[in-house]
Amino acid sequence: MATYSIKINNETRQVDVDPDTPLLWVLRDNLNLVGTKYGCGIAQCGACTVHMNGDPIRSCSVPISRIDGASITTIEGLSENTSHPLQKAWQEHDVPQCGYCQAGQIMSAAALLKSNASPSDEEIDKAMHGNICRCASYTKIKAAIKSASK
Amino acid sequence: MNKSENKLQRRTFIKASTAVGGGLLLGFNWFFSCKADTILEEEASKLVMPDNWYEMNGFLKIGENGVVTIMSPNPEIGQNVKTSMPMIIAEELDVDWANVVVEQAPLNSDLFKRQVAGGSQSIRQGWDSLRKTGATAKQMLINAAAEKWEVDPSNCTANMGVVNSSTGLSLSYGEIASDAAKMEVPTEVKLKEANDFKIIGNSKTNVDMEKIITGKPLFGIDTKKEGMVYAVVSRPKGFGMKLGSLDDAETRKVNGVIDVIQFGDINASRQGKQVDKVAVIASSTWAAMKGRKALKIDWIKNETLEDTSFHDSKLDELLKVKSEKPKRNDGDIEKAFKTCDQIIEKVYEAPFLPHNCLEPMNFFADVTDDKAEFSGPIQTPAWTRSRIAKLLGREEQDVKINMTRMGGGFGRRLYGDFATEAAEISAKIKKPTQLIFTREDDMTAGTYRPASKYRIKAGIKNGEIIAYHLTEAAVNGNMFDSIANYFPAGSIPNLRVDANTFESNVTTGAWRAPYTNFLAFAEQSFFDELAETLGKDEIELRLELYEKAKANPEAKYEYDPEKAIEVTKLVLEKSSWGKAAQGVSQGFCMYFSHNTHVAEVAEVVMKSGMPVVTKVTAAIHCGIVINPAAAKNQVEGGIIDGIGHAMYGEIKFDKGVPSANNFNNYRLIRMGENPAIDVHFVKSQESPTGLGEPSLPPAAGAVANAIFKATGQRFYKQPFIKELTILG
Repeated sequence: MATYSIKINNETRQVDVDPDTPLLWVLRDNLNLVGTKYGCGIAQCGACTVHMNGDPIRSCSVPISRIDGASITTIEGLSENTSHPLQKAWQEHDVPQCGYCQAGQIMSAAALLKSNASPSDEEIDKAMHGNICRCASYTKIKAAIKSASK
Repeated sequence: MNKSENKLQRRTFIKASTAVGGGLLLGFNWFFSCKADTILEEEASKLVMPDNWYEMNGFLKIGENGVVTIMSPNPEIGQNVKTSMPMIIAEELDVDWANVVVEQAPLNSDLFKRQVAGGSQSIRQGWDSLRKTGATAKQMLINAAAEKWEVDPSNCTANMGVVNSSTGLSLSYGEIASDAAKMEVPTEVKLKEANDFKIIGNSKTNVDMEKIITGKPLFGIDTKKEGMVYAVVSRPKGFGMKLGSLDDAETRKVNGVIDVIQFGDINASRQGKQVDKVAVIASSTWAAMKGRKALKIDWIKNETLEDTSFHDSKLDELLKVKSEKPKRNDGDIEKAFKTCDQIIEKVYEAPFLPHNCLEPMNFFADVTDDKAEFSGPIQTPAWTRSRIAKLLGREEQDVKINMTRMGGGFGRRLYGDFATEAAEISAKIKKPTQLIFTREDDMTAGTYRPASKYRIKAGIKNGEIIAYHLTEAAVNGNMFDSIANYFPAGSIPNLRVDANTFESNVTTGAWRAPYTNFLAFAEQSFFDELAETLGKDEIELRLELYEKAKANPEAKYEYDPEKAIEVTKLVLEKSSWGKAAQGVSQGFCMYFSHNTHVAEVAEVVMKSGMPVVTKVTAAIHCGIVINPAAAKNQVEGGIIDGIGHAMYGEIKFDKGVPSANNFNNYRLIRMGENPAIDVHFVKSQESPTGLGEPSLPPAAGAVANAIFKATGQRFYKQPFIKELTILG
């Protein structure tokens, strides 16, 4: 066990966990931030996507020891009052079916829009390729990203 | 005016004679992650919550300020019933949807009927009773107001949360709710005409939207309770294996591991088999996973360790067998085949498929000497409760199950194996326990769509199809009786359907659109091939057959040829059938399943020698559409799901061990691989059917028929990706 200090959603939190504990389980089990989802554990489905210093990472495959001191944003901290343009677009397009993958989808899309405010269809496909939606809400996800882009 | 006798039992209308301030219908507020009061405040963030609630019946209560809480009875797996079922109640109650708060009802067989997510049945079977529930409460509000005003109720109406009298008096539902809750339950209520619907037919946002997009606790896997431990289980690594030896010394050294236990009660097994399993109990999910990895277990042979080649040869043998009891047998196919000018015979092969719900199987159990409380994602809470009760030796009424939103179901969560496992573990360790499957557990623990083969043989005489013989050979069986009465039953005079089963130790179960998810492709690509042989247009051939069925109503069949024609014509129009741009090939498929007719046209273009599905147009007859945006989501999802699995999906076996265990070796369709989808519903005032499944079966058929047009290659096997010949 070791103590790590991480800035999560602009709040510094200390956790006492084994160094190999993936960030995903620190978020879910230790910090009670369960919006970030477990889907595969091997960075193949994107359900656990969060931002580390602004970049998207698969939190299931990044141990806490590698992110000591980093700034993490999860779905819970994406915006105040559900005001992120993607959250609004998700409502407008009624994107979710079961909803389980959607936090990861939104976090991947938010990282995309941050680096590319008006992505083409191909750029969206590429950026979102790592996020599986088992219900196949892909057409709606894409439409929502497009309406949230400039 | 629709009049409807109220047959609901009196006990379904438990009335609160006094205010039940903030009180709940049922005690399911024992999870701090989903405390009822918190849910109310969050879900109704834009609403002011009342101080007092007045309970009208088991489904709904009205606050003194007019806010209405509606309990959604059925499990939510992404089919959107948590929104659409309450919409039906709200419509007949006649309230403003903006004043409605929805809560998930727990399992309560006294209050609610058929709390099941399966078979695309929630809306179809709930329709009448949900309407009556809303209408009954509305009538009680009217009766209460009328009594207060000393007028006859027939001189009063209710609209958008207000009761009005013909003399100009009015009272809001909130003002009259406390009186209404004390009224006699009317025996006959008026239902609205479809033309008067204000909520039904207008898209309403998913009631859990806010929670989903902000990451609030919502799913079974999000469950937390004071003192809860996590369990990860080691199950036999292959079918037909049993526990040989176990060494847990290294596991017990893992930081956070609390205990290692063996379990596997025969009563918990759906197959009635003793299966020893090993559970690692830990203070965190990660510690449980690490501990499980450190187990040293020998799984040894117990029964036949089956290979895919073994399944293949068994199914090939069974394809030759005529069953003793055919599922359907019209005329005399043998006699007819002898008189035919031409016979076409093809064999189609389907692999096993895992469900791969993105939320892996999990369940929460808290079993002590005096309680048995459960929470989690389950499509069949009542069946699961009865199995848990039997397992624990408790009365059913002492077993409480709370249903969480599910991260997908697709049939996998019909089989509460994960719930009975959680029950066994919690009962043994006497701690609140969250059981979690890793993705590898989820993909290898079984309950697959069964592998199956179909032989279809048709006989042609004088340009007409006079004989049709469908033979199924499936692992553990894959034919529900009514399937034999689907198309082409009624349109061909000599028709026989046989179904043969190979009993395997690989566990199988319903997978979205069970029985027809592959059969639709086999049958409908066969009909395109038949049309080609006959030198007929493929649409004309089908329309002729629908007409023949229509003219032959005494033949028992379960689809409606009229609706089949209707959706076919609509999809042809909307897809501009036959007028596709240069380089675009179109394929057609119509299939009836789960009481709904769906016709689809797929469009394929060639890119670098590979056929790419660019668009699917769908026409659906499902009666009244409750929530159009959600209905469209179901259709889009079903089509892409159908294409994805037909293209890529497959599980094989090597000595009982599944060939794939995670998304690095099992391909699911991803963004950029899906076509554009154009959805059209037939306008109808008929009672609604279902939408969770019926758009899936026709997708692979339409795609296969389009790929044939583009490449000249016909498919007889899934996944298509392995069959495709790359051109150019």
